[in-house]
Amino acid sequence: MQPHESISAAIEAAKAEGRTGLVPFFTAGYPEPAEFLNTLRAIAEVGDVVEIGVPFSDPMADGMTIQRSSFVAIQKGVTLKWIFDQLESIKGEIKIPIVFMSYLNPLLAFGFEALAQRALDTGVCGFIVPDLPFEESGEIRHALEQKGIGLIQLVTPATPAERLKLLARESRGFLYAVTITGITGGDSGLPADLAGYLDSVSEVSTLPVCAGFGIRSAEDIVNVGKHAAGAIVGSALVEVLEQGADPAIFLRQLR
Amino acid sequence: MKSILEANEAAALRKALINGELPDERGRFGPFGGRYVPETLVPAFERLEEGVKKHLHSPEFQAEFQQELREWVGRPTALSRAPRLSERWGTEVWLKREDLAHTGAHKINNAIGQALLAKRLGAERVIAETGAGQHGVASAAACARVGLPCSVYMGVVDIERQAPNVDRMHRLGAEVLPVETGDKTLRAAINEAMREWVSDPAGIYYLLGSAVGAHPYPYLVRELQSVIGTEARQQMLDLAGSLPDVAFACVGGGSNAIGLFYALLADDVELIGVEAGGTGDGLGQNAATLATGTAGVLQGCYSLILQNDDGQVQETHSISAGLDYSGVGPEHALLQAVGRVTYVTASDDEALEALEELCETEGILTALETAHAYAAAKRWSQEHPGKRILICNSGRGDKDMPTLTKYAARTRTHAAA
Repeated sequence: MQPHESISAAIEAAKAEGRTGLVPFFTAGYPEPAEFLNTLRAIAEVGDVVEIGVPFSDPMADGMTIQRSSFVAIQKGVTLKWIFDQLESIKGEIKIPIVFMSYLNPLLAFGFEALAQRALDTGVCGFIVPDLPFEESGEIRHALEQKGIGLIQLVTPATPAERLKLLARESRGFLYAVTITGITGGDSGLPADLAGYLDSVSEVSTLPVCAGFGIRSAEDIVNVGKHAAGAIVGSALVEVLEQGADPAIFLRQLR
Repeated sequence: MKSILEANEAAALRKALINGELPDERGRFGPFGGRYVPETLVPAFERLEEGVKKHLHSPEFQAEFQQELREWVGRPTALSRAPRLSERWGTEVWLKREDLAHTGAHKINNAIGQALLAKRLGAERVIAETGAGQHGVASAAACARVGLPCSVYMGVVDIERQAPNVDRMHRLGAEVLPVETGDKTLRAAINEAMREWVSDPAGIYYLLGSAVGAHPYPYLVRELQSVIGTEARQQMLDLAGSLPDVAFACVGGGSNAIGLFYALLADDVELIGVEAGGTGDGLGQNAATLATGTAGVLQGCYSLILQNDDGQVQETHSISAGLDYSGVGPEHALLQAVGRVTYVTASDDEALEALEELCETEGILTALETAHAYAAAKRWSQEHPGKRILICNSGRGDKDMPTLTKYAARTRTHAAA
């Protein structure tokens, strides 16, 4: 199985168990770099796929929570290389697929070929790059595909039908359906027409669809789960980590 | 993604630039430019690009735009001789007076053009970012003129040092939204405006103030600002009898510079862009992106940026809020790469001295941003006596009074002498 196929398989496995796939997101090294691996282990006990945020100085698609966690992580010395080194130190220990969420510039600075190789070596199966539209993604996609690493595409309620088909076809691992027209960490609730939107996305996608942005509670996950294979929980989990609470307890009550 | 050009490639791109063939249809100036935006904004950028293609060079839009430039902005702006400064420098200095444009800087050319476009595209409201406040004031005025509500994002550091402009924006009916995140200056303000745009991509028009960002902004802003160079070129021929030997403009994002340079690219005129040298050469001490930056993606385009080895964008320092930015327009990155424009720096102190010298000799209080261009021009003229120099006097300095007052103790000694 290619690394990106293991992402799809993990979400499909949850579905086969009658569950909504749970994809927790957290910013690497937040609030404390020393706690990174313990946090990852705890999250991996509950999640089906784990999404690790690579901090960036200019997170323009993110709300206050992830902005704050990114700035603190950078100040405390978290870099892409550091994250890879940490993962390498526990190689084989995390049993669920790992996905990185990173803005393009840190990946560009690392170098795409080196990135794909290190991802393969450390068990990273896919990348989500929120400021990289498909049209600009040729080079990195090519480098990742050589190693079987997936570039996960995002679609949003603003995405026209034809483009939705294109992005669904080109995505790897899963298709990321952004639930709202807005940035991460919204607390205004999920939109009323969410079901229709997620159904239309699921209809065109052969990959499992995971919904993200603004998903905070067990109730949200039940609602999303009726129309999508998986749910991504980001800002709400980062807030739990910020408060020093146990991420596994929080995530278990979402399942 | 590469940023170093082979010699034959550079020659071809230089020719394409001079012939006005760039950006290409993907928004590229050679390797630079492009469109790196969140998926939510992709349809909005496509609509904007279509709108620009349809309207920008249409006779109807141009007639309306030119009329507004004439009757409301007050164009053409003057080209002034600078006899006393010329005498001091031992050169012949000419000033393109963008400070005389309505609201006091070149920013208004772009703001009224984009506001007219926003109206045609059916926008419900306009958002803008501002550093020095000049683009914020220009956007507020232009939106009032066309009848659209306007919100301006401004870093709290800039709100403090450009206080007079904050009050002006309020009076012109705009809402000023303080940005407390990130570096609390222009870069943070752009990020915050982008976040707001993501929340309503169909209803909002984002009136970006410099020749930066994702395609089509660098192109759109250049086209709207190129009136500076088009006018200046003709005025030099009419008043001075020939083109200048050299032209100077300050560069933050680079809109007044591209506006001046674009009409002169094909001429035998040396072009020099002047960045903020701040307090020194170290990362974080200046905003000298072209001089010291490396290639990367920031706020929608691939250009040169000030970043560390991990790809984290670094904070900048400049005494002038308008130059205090970690990125630069992609067309400038290419103009430097192909050797058509030279980019140099001037320090905070040099800018302050130049500002004072212009006040004394020509009775013009120029903006701190613009003062950087004078500082570099002065240095150049010492090495090239007797030459003819054109400087883009991009804005007036009233907005800088809080900063100038703070530095007064140091500069007063000269005035008293």
